[in-house]
Amino acid sequence: MRRPPVREYPRPNHIRDYPCGPHFQAGYIVDKAAGWRLERPVIDVRQCINCLRCYLACPEGAIARQANKVEVDLEFCKGCGICVHECPKDLIHMTAEGT
Amino acid sequence: MIEVRWLGRGGQGGFTASRLLGVAAVLFENKYAQAFPSFGPERRGAPVLGFTRIDDQKITLRSEIKQGDYLVVMDENLWSPRLWDDLKPNGLMLLNTSRPERFPDAAGDRRLVTIDALQIARETIGKPIVNTAMLGALVAVSGIISLEAAVQGVQKEMKPALAKGNVAAVTRAYERLSR
Amino acid sequence: MMKQQKYFVSGNEAVALGVQRSRTQVVTAYPITPQTVAMERLSEMVADGELRTEFMLVESEHSALSAAMGASAMGTRTFTATSSQGLLYMAECLHYASGGRWPIVMMNANRSVALPWSIFGDQRDSLSLLDSGWIQVYVEDAQEAFDMIIQAFAIAEDEQVLTPVMVNLDGFTLTHTYEPVFVPTQEAVDAFLPPYQAPVKMDLDRPLNMAFSSTPPNNMEFKYQQHQAMEAARPVIAQVEQAFHAHFGRAYGGLIDAYRCDDAERILVTVGTVTGTARQAVDQLREQGQKVGLLKIRFMRPFPHEEVARALRHARAVGVLDRDISFGYEGTVFTNVNSALIGNKVVPPALNFIAGLGGRDIGVEDIEKMFERLAAAMDGKAAKRVEFIHLGVATDE
Repeated sequence: MRRPPVREYPRPNHIRDYPCGPHFQAGYIVDKAAGWRLERPVIDVRQCINCLRCYLACPEGAIARQANKVEVDLEFCKGCGICVHECPKDLIHMTAEGT
Repeated sequence: MIEVRWLGRGGQGGFTASRLLGVAAVLFENKYAQAFPSFGPERRGAPVLGFTRIDDQKITLRSEIKQGDYLVVMDENLWSPRLWDDLKPNGLMLLNTSRPERFPDAAGDRRLVTIDALQIARETIGKPIVNTAMLGALVAVSGIISLEAAVQGVQKEMKPALAKGNVAAVTRAYERLSR
Repeated sequence: MMKQQKYFVSGNEAVALGVQRSRTQVVTAYPITPQTVAMERLSEMVADGELRTEFMLVESEHSALSAAMGASAMGTRTFTATSSQGLLYMAECLHYASGGRWPIVMMNANRSVALPWSIFGDQRDSLSLLDSGWIQVYVEDAQEAFDMIIQAFAIAEDEQVLTPVMVNLDGFTLTHTYEPVFVPTQEAVDAFLPPYQAPVKMDLDRPLNMAFSSTPPNNMEFKYQQHQAMEAARPVIAQVEQAFHAHFGRAYGGLIDAYRCDDAERILVTVGTVTGTARQAVDQLREQGQKVGLLKIRFMRPFPHEEVARALRHARAVGVLDRDISFGYEGTVFTNVNSALIGNKVVPPALNFIAGLGGRDIGVEDIEKMFERLAAAMDGKAAKRVEFIHLGVATDE
């Protein structure tokens, strides 16, 4: 996965700490989204046909392409369940966190 | 400061003449000048105005020229007695016509001079475009700039093939009125 | 001083020459009267190989400024031009461009605003957009137009400023009037105006998230920065003019140009080309022994409040000529001048003259009438605060 690393956001203390105009380094991730989740998706990777619909539909970009399967990055998955809805083979299901 | 009003029809080159006079004065006589058209949309054939201001010092004035020291009328069909009001006292009107006997010589202190610019244009340019002949005539009656400067102005602004006939038109009209 | 070639060109052509000499890299073009000729000349220069620029024909003014923002975000020197309805149509983009801190230079041909439909000149278009975050300069003649296009890039691109500049030319009275303009060589302009080095730009090697949104905890800081940049423009404008004068021998007085104001009892404030006509009126009245002066405001943003207050501090009556009106109040220039004046110990009576709307001619006699009104006000006589000058018919007032 080529996701940039999570970095701490240096809170500006002086007006000089602000960029000139609303332009800043791209790919600057300041937080993980995992804490939002009550359920997590589980993919039955053995039967997965690698159609990549879940990869395309994931609003967080939390599903990564691998050689012949997909993989959920649980640090950024919000548990929205869209991938479950989109999977044409019904091979993704949500499981309660902590199970 | 000398102010000139050019009255013609859209497409006759009245504004071009006002600009050629400015080019000649600024670039070849080291004077100051302003040239501008009557502002707004222009239609071929409709009466249109061009204006030139010439002075020995920088011109800052930017209002319309309501009355000119000279009024150049490029089409006799545009002539009317009301045009005398467009001239300053002692001003001079220059009219393109082949029938001078139909027009008055003067109104009070304002005078009228005629020239058959259409004939000159046909002989020199081969087309009924009278603007450069009227420029030559104006230079002759006014002495605002020299004939040489007027010729250089035409040569500067026109392509050589076009300039040749127009230089002849300027020169011939100038000679006719300075005799 | 290097030799400069004398041209006899219109205001529009002077702008095109300024854009060429500035080695502008991108021009986004959408024609509108009375700006059209500027864009025509630029496209001819590109076709004739006299100007190496990306000349983009777009489908609207909104697109013209949007494309200009994209080009500027790539770090290129960018120019566009508009007028009147076109300026209003791109109003959204004006705020966007200044908020994005893109140093675009735009010519605006000042023209009235519909309805009634009118292609003729006044300054209601740009003055209604003073709050859009652009530096606004108003020029008096074609030479100043040429010079200010070049200076505008130097001001806009200064690292302390990084704010777009609108160069305003009165429609027709300047855009369509031919006059002498001295044009320095390309080498001479290159020595004055180095290529634009964008401190922040789109770059594949250093990817940026550009033009993002900001929430209440951050938004106000960006607006504060814009205000600071505009304030920083004041000394930069002076420095740029000083350098320009050293290179080319011409100067215009910075934010304002005070003409015969030193001992003047009555001073008229003007913006744009009418200043030239007012100079002549002032000269004529001075010859009659009248103590009159003229204050030309060159920059409406940043507004020269200190300079205006100083120039008017000894005046016993002040008039402000506005080629615009904010209906239900007064002219916008008048509002700005009054706000500057209240800091003075003695505030003289001030009158607002609304003139030249929709292309109405302003003659020397009109200016003289304004000075007559000021003479009455100076003597304590009652005067109309806001007066329309040179209406063509009688009114009930």
